[in-house]
Amino acid sequence: MSNIPDELSYTKEHEWVAGLDDGLTVTVGITAYAAEALGDVVYVQLPDVGSNVEGGDSVGEVESTKSVSEIYSPVGGEIVEINQAVADDPSLVNSDPYGEGWMFRVRVEGDPRDLLSAEEYAGLTSGES
Amino acid sequence: MSRPTPLRDVHESLGATLTDFAGWLMPLRYGSESAEHNAVRQAAGLFDLSHMGEIFLTGPQAGQALDYALVGHLSALTPGRARYTMIVNGQGGVLDDLIVYRLGDEEFMVVANASNYEKVGNELKERAKAYNVVVDDRSDQYALIAVQGPRSQEILATLTGADLDGLKYYAGLPSVVDGRQALIARTGYTGEDGFELFVANEDAAPLWHALMAAGEPYGIKPAGLSSRDTLRLEAGMPLYGNELSVELTPFDAGLGRVVKFDKPGDFVGRSALEAVKDDPPRRRLVGLVARGRRVPRHGYPVTKDGAVVGEVTSGAPSQTLGKPIAMAYVDTGVEEGLAVDIRGSQEPMDLVELPFYRRKK
Repeated sequence: MSNIPDELSYTKEHEWVAGLDDGLTVTVGITAYAAEALGDVVYVQLPDVGSNVEGGDSVGEVESTKSVSEIYSPVGGEIVEINQAVADDPSLVNSDPYGEGWMFRVRVEGDPRDLLSAEEYAGLTSGES
Repeated sequence: MSRPTPLRDVHESLGATLTDFAGWLMPLRYGSESAEHNAVRQAAGLFDLSHMGEIFLTGPQAGQALDYALVGHLSALTPGRARYTMIVNGQGGVLDDLIVYRLGDEEFMVVANASNYEKVGNELKERAKAYNVVVDDRSDQYALIAVQGPRSQEILATLTGADLDGLKYYAGLPSVVDGRQALIARTGYTGEDGFELFVANEDAAPLWHALMAAGEPYGIKPAGLSSRDTLRLEAGMPLYGNELSVELTPFDAGLGRVVKFDKPGDFVGRSALEAVKDDPPRRRLVGLVARGRRVPRHGYPVTKDGAVVGEVTSGAPSQTLGKPIAMAYVDTGVEEGLAVDIRGSQEPMDLVELPFYRRKK
């Protein structure tokens, strides 16, 4: 059973969202479950800072030895920051998916999509594994 | 429902990520696949290959039967030695690539890929009908454990009295390892020195534990199919389903040297292959090294100036080169200005001759 912190929100695409409560800027990454399923991450392509995205847009990709997955923005808004450290060292996604492996920050515009609670996300992943 | 190997419990106790591969439940990786890859390049790795098929041919005409059934000249093989060869259909299309071991004057073992061994067994039975030979698919009785990497011989030597110094590359020796009957073969699919141990199913788990214990001081790691694939890719070794298929002849794959036209008698595919052996190949199998960091993968188009000039057969990030690499069929004569269409963007690639990696002797 992989780690699913209670204080975060989640998407069906195995991303986590932090900071939703203050309603301004959220931080996004992929879950420990997703990182384990991918295996060693070798490349992370992140969106351009300043770009405007809709909730659900594909904004980047994560490549591992065996596969590639798209990264989606769980919320609409402007990309205000990306984690250059994870672009330079993609293994941070595996070693610390909820911390140093964060991917980008979005200034939220409008209402966020429906996100999952930790409990709901745990239900989703137990069904898949 | 995937079939487990005799080592399934061992894999689960090691926390392996298991995956379906050709109908078998196999370890994909135990931890970091990069670390497993590097362990094989620098020390040793231990693989469960029990999904491979073992088909025995026994009888006075076993060699002649294989000469007819396969493209190689197996009756000329010295007992104790092995050959890389192929089985093709009547049109010369590759049904599987094989390693054939001659165990004795009248006994051969054909090792086939997991995805193909039932087909290969049936074809061999059919093709051997006119010969005095018994074809017996014993895949269900044998487990296969590979120890691969530069420290393999030192590790194996702690468990067997067999003459490993005298065991050449592509040779097999029936012996005893850790008190168990095993066929020790000096073969592999990693580009490193190493051994493949064919043992009875019930001996697989104890032998695995013995090899792990013996290898611990040398840095051995259990290694899954993910690292096996990147290791063989760096070594430029073909994988059936990727570089080889029934749509391709051995000549298409650049492996025409395995077809032995000078052997006596007819063989399945002979006339079809003789008709194409001198044709200039439309495409050839080459290596591609990415200039960027995005990874070319199986099925992606190879392009030049926007036109499709080939197709990627296998691709992965290479630990050894530190860059993404791929094998691809590319139109003959096209060597410069290549790209791979990676999900809509043309990523520049340099063409190189295979293999990407060759071990230092």
